[in-house]
Amino acid sequence: MMPGALPSGPLALAIPEMWLAGSACLILLCDVYFGSTRRSLTATLTMLALTIGVALTGQYGLSTQRFLLFNGLYVADPLAGFLKMAAFVAMATAIFYSQDYLEQRAIRGGEYYVLCLTALLGIFVLISANSLLTVYLGIELLSLSLYALVAFDRDSGIAAEAATKYFVLGAISSGILLYGMSMLYGLTGTLDLDRLSTIVRSGPDAALIIGVAFVVAAIAFKFGAVPFHMWVPDVYEGAPTSVTLFIATVSNLGSFALILRLLAHGLAGTPAIWTQMLMAVAVLSLLVGNLGAIAQTNIKRMLAYSAIANAGFVLLGFASGVNAGYQAALNFTIAYVITTLASFGMILMLSRSGFEHDQIADFKGLASRDPLLAAMMLALMFSTAGVPPFIGFWAKLWIIQALLGSRHAWLATFAVLISVVGAFYYLRVVWYMYFEAAGDRPVPEARARMRFILVINTVAVTVMGVLPNALLRICERVLPP
Amino acid sequence: MLPLILFYLFATVLVLAAVAVIVSRNPVYAALSLVLCFVTSAAIWLLIEAEFLAIVLVLVYVGAVMVLFLFVIMMLDIDLEELRAGFTRFAWLGWIVAGVIVLEIAGVVLTGKLGIDVTRGAAPLPANYSNTQELGALLYGRYAYPFEIAAMVLLVAIVAAIALTLRHRPNLKAQDIGRQVAARASERVRLVKMDSEHRE
Repeated sequence: MMPGALPSGPLALAIPEMWLAGSACLILLCDVYFGSTRRSLTATLTMLALTIGVALTGQYGLSTQRFLLFNGLYVADPLAGFLKMAAFVAMATAIFYSQDYLEQRAIRGGEYYVLCLTALLGIFVLISANSLLTVYLGIELLSLSLYALVAFDRDSGIAAEAATKYFVLGAISSGILLYGMSMLYGLTGTLDLDRLSTIVRSGPDAALIIGVAFVVAAIAFKFGAVPFHMWVPDVYEGAPTSVTLFIATVSNLGSFALILRLLAHGLAGTPAIWTQMLMAVAVLSLLVGNLGAIAQTNIKRMLAYSAIANAGFVLLGFASGVNAGYQAALNFTIAYVITTLASFGMILMLSRSGFEHDQIADFKGLASRDPLLAAMMLALMFSTAGVPPFIGFWAKLWIIQALLGSRHAWLATFAVLISVVGAFYYLRVVWYMYFEAAGDRPVPEARARMRFILVINTVAVTVMGVLPNALLRICERVLPP
Repeated sequence: MLPLILFYLFATVLVLAAVAVIVSRNPVYAALSLVLCFVTSAAIWLLIEAEFLAIVLVLVYVGAVMVLFLFVIMMLDIDLEELRAGFTRFAWLGWIVAGVIVLEIAGVVLTGKLGIDVTRGAAPLPANYSNTQELGALLYGRYAYPFEIAAMVLLVAIVAAIALTLRHRPNLKAQDIGRQVAARASERVRLVKMDSEHRE
């Protein structure tokens, strides 16, 4: 069917997706029949499904070679296996952090978990996409689930506003993506990313540039990169914190897969076109993200601007146009997901029934109220700011190394300088925790189980920072040159 | 010859119905004219041997979408005066859009005149050719994977719509389907024997 196509692999490689789709339907049915009488059943079943999913991915979903399934629409390679494993673990952690929060806010619909699973399925489809068609379907499955999750707290006006903004802008970006894809299809006559990468080898052509520009714009929207970042602060602030946690972490793995499959693989023939666009987007994101975060008083909004700045870093890795840059971007994404899981987990931990711990000032005097949580938050903020020896430092370092390696010295210099500016607002949280009086702010609740997972998460941030090579080796193995 | 006559017949009805959609003052008439548009387009599709798509157009658009549309029109109290209020103010925008569309249509029609032959007709298909079968083979064979994912997207749409809008209020007068099905005629209809009245 395709010239030089690899042999079709065994269907077993798609077991993670099959399991996810099947279990989402089963859990939906269980929720309809038993959800009203046994409230925690759906959450337990979801955790069980994710755990079995990890086992099944480990058993069947990992492959050392590149296989094409479903007539070339689906690709199973080492990267796909690794990203799916990471997405399963991140999703399970996110749901674990969210359970108490959801219970306290009486967000009890079992559909919440079903939508989480379908969003995860959308991410999986993106991770294994090898055709413009599957890329688009993956994005839609992910986005539709997310719109509903953002609006899930129906009595919250701010959540409804955030969901409306997210939905309208998301629909426009889907349209932009489809328009770009239709131009690529019109120029090449194929939807297949493998064929696209071999056909698009010619020099810049006006129609190609316009098509790629539309695709890059849609990708920038998914990442929340400037100038398509308007939705990020509002959605992060308005959505229930558990959903913000999901958008900030697991969803990022999908965005990474999207840019890798579409640009780094599908349009590998003409990197000159899109690397320049990505550079502009990345520089603007770093600037707006880091400067915007300084002015925030709400920690969710601050982390939203931080997410914009970090999206800039990931895009810088891709803008280098070399494989080392893609590896660094993967490493950065994983590091960012691990750290951000714990940062939002901390907000969920500190929130109580009827109280959203979402102001930066709420952290005042945390060190005297709860030294353990304060120390962990310190590690997380240092890691996100890029202070050694935490994982975030190495993630940024490798991006900068890749930029230097591809002779983009001014980009590397800019990234370093703007990171120093960015360190200010992370350190302000630390300042509030250690050097401000607690006032009458209460001592955080004990919640031993959640505290335990948070400790493990933070230890991972630290240990992977002290021993950074393991993650880099994995990134090098799953993204061979 | 007959297909050509049929084509012009349906095309004329289609254009007239389309004009009726725009000029009808009553939105219900406009919607019904749109139904006529869909039915005549389906007939034209039949003429170009796209049987499956023609049937789907009637089933989905006429049978489901337009019926829903009519329900919405009849249930909502639409104030036509309010809708027409901005008509002259924004008419210039409409003229610009219409002009662009006319230019585009002219571009398509004139491609033949410009020496670009992009409008080659499809080769006639044998009598026993079934495009329903072909579509099925593509959807359930080559594109089975995206087809399944699209099904999941629809499932998410249903789940999300219900999760976001269904509210269990205490005084809701909802149907209890189990009780409806279990109902017997003997419980519902009570026959009362009465003496007929006599006029004295």
